Parts: sequence; C-alpha cells; structure tokens
Amino acid sequence: MFGMLLGAWRYRYFIFSSIKNELRLRFIRSRLGGLWLILNPLAQVVIFAFVLSAVLSSKLPGIDNRYAYSIFLMAGILGWSLFLEIVNRCLTLFIDNGNILKKLVFPRIALPLIATGSASVNNALLLLAILAIFGVLGHVPGTALIWLPVMMVVNIALALGLGLALGVLNVFMRDIGQIVPVVLQFVFWFTPIVYTVEIIPKQYQGWLILNPLIPIITGYQRALLYNRPPDWTDLAIVALIATGLLAFALVLFRKASPEMVDQL
Amino acid sequence: MSGELHVANLGKSYRQWGSEWRRVASWFAPSIAPREEHWVLKDVSFSIGPGEGVGIIGQNGAGKSTLLKLITGTVRPTQGIVQLGGRVAAILELGMGFNPDLTGRENSYHSAGLMGHSQADIKRAMPEIEAFAEIGEYFDQPMRTYSSGMLMRVAFSVATAFKPDLLIVDEALSVGDSYFQHKSFGRMRQFRDEGVSIMLVTHGLGDVRTLCDRVILLDKGRVLKDGLPDEVIDYYNALVAEKENAKLSIEQRREKNGWLLTKSGTGEARVKSLQLLDAVSGEELAVAHVGQAVELRLEATIYADLPRLVLGFMIRDKQGHVVWGTNTWHTRQIQDDVKSGEMVAFRLPFTCTLGPGSYSVSPALVSSDTHLINNYEWIDNLLVFDVINVERDFFIGTNWLDARFSITRQTEGRAQ
Repeated sequence: MFGMLLGAWRYRYFIFSSIKNELRLRFIRSRLGGLWLILNPLAQVVIFAFVLSAVLSSKLPGIDNRYAYSIFLMAGILGWSLFLEIVNRCLTLFIDNGNILKKLVFPRIALPLIATGSASVNNALLLLAILAIFGVLGHVPGTALIWLPVMMVVNIALALGLGLALGVLNVFMRDIGQIVPVVLQFVFWFTPIVYTVEIIPKQYQGWLILNPLIPIITGYQRALLYNRPPDWTDLAIVALIATGLLAFALVLFRKASPEMVDQL
Repeated sequence: MSGELHVANLGKSYRQWGSEWRRVASWFAPSIAPREEHWVLKDVSFSIGPGEGVGIIGQNGAGKSTLLKLITGTVRPTQGIVQLGGRVAAILELGMGFNPDLTGRENSYHSAGLMGHSQADIKRAMPEIEAFAEIGEYFDQPMRTYSSGMLMRVAFSVATAFKPDLLIVDEALSVGDSYFQHKSFGRMRQFRDEGVSIMLVTHGLGDVRTLCDRVILLDKGRVLKDGLPDEVIDYYNALVAEKENAKLSIEQRREKNGWLLTKSGTGEARVKSLQLLDAVSGEELAVAHVGQAVELRLEATIYADLPRLVLGFMIRDKQGHVVWGTNTWHTRQIQDDVKSGEMVAFRLPFTCTLGPGSYSVSPALVSSDTHLINNYEWIDNLLVFDVINVERDFFIGTNWLDARFSITRQTEGRAQ
C-alpha cells in the first residue's frame, strides 16, 4: 500500500498536469467550453424546478425565499453530481485506458486519482456558479458553509471507494458496467434530492438509514440552505463506511492489478 | 550494473477460471486454483550485458510481445524473475496517450510525464525534443492537424529524449518517412555507442544485423536459438521454410573463413557445384576485380520428378545485407517438368560492379518465387569470394558506379 502511495507521489506532476489538461480540453474544442460543465447540472435543476416546484414549493418550512425549492435542488444536485461523476468515471477507467495499461509502466493508482481530481475541480466550479446564482436569487448562505468541504471529502471517499471497486470488477465482469448506471438512477430517486425527507411516509423512513448518501446530501442542503451544521453522528457513520469501502477497494485493486492487464 | 538484464526461467500463462467469481475469490484465498492454464511463454532464460544489442525474432505468436511486456513490467510473470539494472525506456508503441486536441509540445510534456520524468527535467529536454522532431511550426499546433509521420516524429523524439540504460523497442519503428527512419536509427546507434543496452523486437532482419550483436529466436514461447545474428537469422529463414515443407532438415556449420553455412530443404534437387569463373578465360576465381566480367555457374542434380524448378541467387556482404538477388521465376526462365536423374546447369554472367570486400553467394533451388512453397535446397553462404579494386580509382561502398565528376570554375563577378 505504501508503495502505491509512493508511486503516486513520484507521479504527482503527471497527475496534476493530466487534471489540468482535461480541464483545458473542454475549453479548446467547444465554443462555450467549460461552461457546459456547469450548464448540464443547472439544466437539470431548471427541469426539476419547473416540473416539480408546483408540487413541492410549499413544503419547505422555515425558508421564505420564493426560490427556496430551486435552492434546495441545487444543493442536492451539487452533492449528487460529484458522487455520480466519480463513480461513473472510475467504472470504466481501466477499460478505457486498457491500451496504456498494457504498454506503459506507471503507477496505476494515478488513473483513479486523475479521475477524482478532475471531477473535484469540475464540482468546485459548479459550486462557484451555484453560489453566484444564490446571490442573484437573494439567498446568502450563512457560516455553516464552512462545513461543506467536510461533506465533499466524505462524498469523494465514498464515491471513490465504490467506483474503484466496481471499476476493478468491471474489467473481469463487463455486465457491471451496464448494471451500475441503472442502479445509480434508483439511488438518485431514493435519495432526497428533488424531494425532502419529510414527504416520505413515516413507516418507510426507517429504511433510509440504508442509503449512505443521505447524510451527505442532507449535509449539503443544511450547509447551503438552512445554515446548520451536518448531523455529525450520521456523517461519522458514513465516513466510517466510506473509509472501509475505500480500503477494501484499494486491496481489491492491488490484488487484481496483475491480472487486470491480461483481461484488457 | 546499469543496462543489465537477467531473465531467469520466465513464464507466463493465461488462466481460465470457469467463473469470474472464482477468480475474484482467488485473490483472497490463494488455494483456489484456475480451471485451465495456457502457457504463452515458458522457461525463458537469458542475460543482456551492459552495452549489448540483442534482437528478438520469431514468428507471430512466438511470444515476442509478451516477453517485452514482461520485461518492461506491464504484465506480471506467472513464474520466473526479471532483473533490471538502471533506467529502462520501452517503446512498445509510439504515440501512446497522445491527445489529438493538445499541441505537440503539450503532448510531449504529458507523454514524458507518463514516463515518470519531473517537470524540470522535461522542461530542460524540451528544446532537444522539438529540434529532433523537426516539424517546425507544427510543434505548437494541435496534433489532429498532424500527418501520421509527424506524429511518429514527435513520439519517437519524446520516447528517446532521455538516455536510458536499457532501451527496449518493439517493431514500432518502421514508420515515418525514410529520412526520419534513418535519423531514428542513427539515434539508436548513437545510444549503443554510448553504452546503452538495446533490445529490439523486429521482423526487419536488416535492423537486427545493424544494431545487434546477438539474436534470440523465440518459437512457441521458448528460446529456440541464441547466438550471433547471421547464425540465428539464417536458421530462422530455414525454419520458416520448414513450417511449409514438413519433411525438411536444417543443418548449420561455421566455415573456416567465418561465414556460416546453413543448409535446408527436401533434397529433391541438390546443388552439385557452384563456382565463380572469369567469363573470358573460364578460370575459377576466389578474388574478383572491380569491373571484371565474371560468371556464376551452378550445376544441380535432380533426385525426384519436379513439376517446376526455379534457381535463386542472393549475394550478401560481410554484414549480411543483401546486395543483389533474383531468381529464374522473376526472369521468366522457369524450368518445367524436370525429371529425376537430370542434371541442370545454370550460368549467370555479369560484370562485377561490387565494391571491395568479402561477399557470399546463397543459392536456392525452389519451385516458385519464394522458398516457402517447395524448398528443394537452400544453402546460405555456399560460395564466398573477395572483390578487390585494382584498376579503378579509389572508392568506398559495396557498389561501383560508373560515375565521373564534372567540374567547372568561374571567377565571381564583383558588383559595381
């Protein structure tokens, strides 16, 4: 494990320049360039706000901004898009880079690190855009905003652990690459992103504990919308799960590495 | 020591697990064994000393690429060990990881980073990379505007910008225009002179002769032969023929004069004698003069009824490069329906326009334009002769050209 981290450190320059290149590439080819990074999730927000605001706008207690629902949506989508991007990219990471893995020697851990780094930068840009929009809508987040990085770190750890494990297995069992996007859609709808937890009937709310994303997403919403710190107990449990998953994924990755190239 | 490579008992097998879950389980419980193992490389052992140039040849599927991947470390061996000394640069494929939207310079940074160099080192090497690639303004244009030759120039330039201790090259180099091929070859030769060990996998047997002191022949995942280039290459040629003609024998021995004689074939037709004669006097020659009228005379004895008989000659220089070669198939002088017991005499008069040096003649008695269909008898380096320059002005090279300088002089007019 130590060797893996050492390898990543030796390749730090390569990792950073790759992240930079990915970002730059988005601007080089298309006219609106990096704007699309932000426009895509925002379009999603607009759609949900448009379709669902009539149903849900009255159900956000304690917020008197008339754009409350949109703000709530943006907070959730911000967290979700980070999670989704990391999982999706890790899922096909080794298959996409098969040729390089077969023909060049470099620390393979660099690949998930580049994917994670690039997704994080994208997400940071989205955050800036969202904060700007908040300003336009007349909503100024309070001091609880300082807790947002904590949520982000836990979110990244969870997504990377899950994505890396699935990505490794996907090399050997390609069905995984097909199933996961479908499962992620379910996860999206089983997480209170476009609705609030309160609208779920009381007798089912117990099940929500099974979804480790919920404490993270609600943490985003609390920080950006309600100006409240996250529920530390729930978040600690998720952080623990994420750490365990990440450790498991790294062990799996190490064990699978020798055979991975044979299968690509 | 740097540039050394030791490979001991190396083997690679690809495993079938029946179920992928069994494979995953095996990572955590080593007692779980695979259903089937398929060995692509087995019991390969050899060493490369510092500064040595070694070629790897073999037919498709012989395990050459797998061997390279095992040595560079992208694929892990199933058994055996690879020991490397010093910095290794491997060019298994040129242009790996290039992005068409980035410029040549950006891709060079990226690609060199992928090889593990620090930003400072790359920055220092960048003028060198740019200069060697010789693509001018294009170096700062996106790579999608490049021709494939330009791409290869940049790729090779980056790949060899940092002097390694051991350079491993797959047959990727036969790309690009001939100017750049010469240039890249020159760089590899320069590396060799500077003491870099080179390991070259190739189909181009000429490359092997120029860059390698030793050649290893792989066949079916094993080392079949390991020795001097001409010895192994001729054996390989004979082996290729053997694949096509089942009942064929190969014999090889080194003659007193240092040339290696390799003989293969079914023996249905055999060379009885081969001589180099003075075309005028008919005397047998061991030494020919530049410009002399000479004649190759070959007599073949036929031991079976043959539908077709073709004779081919190949003249090679001391380095093994083919100087000239053709056969009676190309000259449309095929002999049909040759009967057992016949004696066929071939005469080939020509003017000796070879440069001074030692040359060999390899005859082949076959049925078509290649020796792959029916190889009756093929003998590498059967006849050896020297060429000396007696009456012509001094020149170097393997060819005498009937060329004369024409010189004019003029006094330069001064501007008023």
